[in-house]
Amino acid sequence: MPTHSSVPVAAPFRKLGMPRYHLMIMLGLAAVLSVAPFLLYPILMIKILCFALFACSVNLLLGYAGLLSFGHAAYFGMSSYVAAHAAKVWGLSPELAILCGVGIAVLLGCIFGALAIRRQGIYFAMVTLAFAQMVYFFALQAPFTGGEDGIQKVPRGALFGLIPLADDKTLYWFVLVVFFACLLALYRIIHSPFGQVLKAIRDNEARAVSLGYRVNQYKFIAFVLSAALAGVAGGTKAIVFQLATLTDVYWTMSGEVVLMTLIGGMYTFFGPIVGAALVVLMQNYLASVGDWVTVIQGLVFVACVLLFREGIVGFIASKLKRPL
Amino acid sequence: MFDLLGIPPQVLFSQLLLGLINGAFYAMLSLGLAVIFGLLNIVNFAHGALYMMGAFGAWMLLNYLGIGYWWALLLSPLMVGLFGVLIERLLLRWLYDLDHLYGMILTFGLALVITGLFRNFYGATGMPYTLPPLLTGGHNLGFMFLPNSRAFVIASSLIVCLSTWFVIERTRLGSYLRAATENPALTEAFGINVSLLVTMTYGFGVALAGFAGVLAAPIYSVNPTMGSDLIIVVFAVVVIGGMGSILGSIITGFSLGIVEGLTKVFWPEASATVIFVIMAIVLMAKPAGLFGRSS
Amino acid sequence: MPLLAVKELEAWYGESHVLHGVTFDVPSGEVVTLLGRNGAGKSTTLKAIIGIMRRRKGSIRFSGKETIGLSARAIARSGIAFCPEDRGIYSSLNVEENLRLPPVVQDGGLSVDEIFDMFPNLRERLKSPGTKLSGGEQQMLAIGRILRTGAKFLLLDEPTEGLAPVIVQQIGRTIKELKARGFTIVLVEQNFHFASTVADRHYVMEHGRVVDMVPNADLAASAAKLSRYLGV
Repeated sequence: MPTHSSVPVAAPFRKLGMPRYHLMIMLGLAAVLSVAPFLLYPILMIKILCFALFACSVNLLLGYAGLLSFGHAAYFGMSSYVAAHAAKVWGLSPELAILCGVGIAVLLGCIFGALAIRRQGIYFAMVTLAFAQMVYFFALQAPFTGGEDGIQKVPRGALFGLIPLADDKTLYWFVLVVFFACLLALYRIIHSPFGQVLKAIRDNEARAVSLGYRVNQYKFIAFVLSAALAGVAGGTKAIVFQLATLTDVYWTMSGEVVLMTLIGGMYTFFGPIVGAALVVLMQNYLASVGDWVTVIQGLVFVACVLLFREGIVGFIASKLKRPL
Repeated sequence: MFDLLGIPPQVLFSQLLLGLINGAFYAMLSLGLAVIFGLLNIVNFAHGALYMMGAFGAWMLLNYLGIGYWWALLLSPLMVGLFGVLIERLLLRWLYDLDHLYGMILTFGLALVITGLFRNFYGATGMPYTLPPLLTGGHNLGFMFLPNSRAFVIASSLIVCLSTWFVIERTRLGSYLRAATENPALTEAFGINVSLLVTMTYGFGVALAGFAGVLAAPIYSVNPTMGSDLIIVVFAVVVIGGMGSILGSIITGFSLGIVEGLTKVFWPEASATVIFVIMAIVLMAKPAGLFGRSS
Repeated sequence: MPLLAVKELEAWYGESHVLHGVTFDVPSGEVVTLLGRNGAGKSTTLKAIIGIMRRRKGSIRFSGKETIGLSARAIARSGIAFCPEDRGIYSSLNVEENLRLPPVVQDGGLSVDEIFDMFPNLRERLKSPGTKLSGGEQQMLAIGRILRTGAKFLLLDEPTEGLAPVIVQQIGRTIKELKARGFTIVLVEQNFHFASTVADRHYVMEHGRVVDMVPNADLAASAAKLSRYLGV
């Protein structure tokens, strides 16, 4: 597969070891996302980008390490709270506020990850879910989170103290840069030797152990990286929407992001992005039907598991016979 | 009367009682999850939603048909069980050869559908379910007042859980079930209908959740999300106990309820999270769970 | 008409094709062995007959009735009993439960007492978990429990594997006694010597096919040929 990249490409991309058709997809994605804010509401697009990052973080564990986290709302939501608090109460600039959020996500990821990787399969899923629920109860009770109201009216501030982010379009470009930075970093991670070992663990853990890999270290690092990425998504979301609430840290959020990954295709790199876009758009256009959204989401879940396990991008990839 | 660490005994005992009641629900729900997981290898995420359906079943029987609590204790779990049979035959059946995660994801979707439907029709607020006359009132035990309704919940849960244990561990049907859990292919090759066992087991497991729901109806209010948070605590209970042992699930369920009750007395803020903390400790000390066999 | 007639039987483990047209007959009342090297397809043939191997085609007629399309449960109910190579003793069942597990499918099975007469060791261990027994006792339990069912056609997969000589002798006596009672038995064996003491005829398997049949009476004359097949 790497032979496709023999054509001269821009140096930074060659360094990523990206086959040409992946590069094309990346460039296509960049092009679409550069035009999108002129056609769709920038805020909606930002929401898609945040959730795409969030879904990618879940897929780093699920798709590449075979670990289903049913509790990623913990990292997303806590990061969102801390970023909101940092921006509003401490008056930090947005990038620092988001970094604070990522910090807490990494911290939580270290603690919960170290414990959760002691179990596999469905137990892992239940453990991550339970820890996330613990974080939810903490958020419900802790004074700084504002309980049922959440943290509202978070100032967007000025990037590096210089560029005000009040304008939605400006904000969009900022988020787009964050998005692509994370996406490329993730691509690099997944296609590094580290990523190869993760996949080996996913495919046959016992074999990876017998080959001498310290499986738990790999899983732990993947968990923390994934939590960090969820933290970027959550922190950014808090700044953009100027809001951090209990919804962000509730288990339905953890489920939603699994759904995004599943719809898009969980063993693919680009799948979660497509899945996130679809779910966010669906929620956006179905907002008027109230609780039926939950029912529809549930039905989509059931249908995907029964009929369409490979997901949209997974389906395309199997038709093209190329990993996407 | 005596004081314990400055806590009046009435407070202590009444919290213990509340804990025991929570424990009764944890035990019934985690038992159902364990039985289902044993044979189907599926973590039934819809368990909380089916518990809620059990409670709603009782409420509907009373409000639409005038059928009271005692019949509801029988009919509502039966309906939930039949619904479970449908779920197993129509949906879960297709997943047995796949990774166990798919079962969990599918039943998660089911939970969303069921909860969402009930929210659409009944709203998010709770609906009261009045106690049957026989269960009002209570007894003064000297050190505390024991309401009949609460005593009934604890007793019924114990009876149902222990009967389940008896059937599984001590009867011929139970030996079929254990055999099918351990080696389904060989068990089928002896001429035993494993596929029917699987269906009945799922039906029974969710009927147990439905029964718990009926018991919960007069104690907590009946509302569409009553099972949503509960099920996650029950997952933690299951991780703590390990799903390998029937008796283990029952003991773990009741004891964690008591621990939670005690925490409410001594450190109320921590009572919502204490079970998760215990889960973390168990994961460090004995990852397979207290009664689990290491996988 | 043979009790069991296998024709052009093919079977697959997932994607890999392991039986490539197995054909042999088992006359009623005989003890028949399947011999061959590891991986020749002997165990797979038994599993295909009982229906644990689900992906299979060809023809398996039992008492004149085609069973290739039936489930393992239906095949067991028609009077075939299977004793797997790993013995398949359930650890979550005690000895008595293991013994009483397989349902009775026909009249004429042995009573529990008769089974205990055959394997006296089992009587003393009734309440122990099945897998706490010694290897030999587990093998006796595995054979004993299928005698209760009334099935008169037994598939035994390497019943002597890994057992002490004295136990192997006991199992040999059991097989002869069962034959005397009118059972028909298909035996997969690595122990060629043991096979020669109990069987009426031997089928030799290679690469997922039956390549030869040797009546037990001709065994001495065919020794050279057989040792070539079996690589012994």
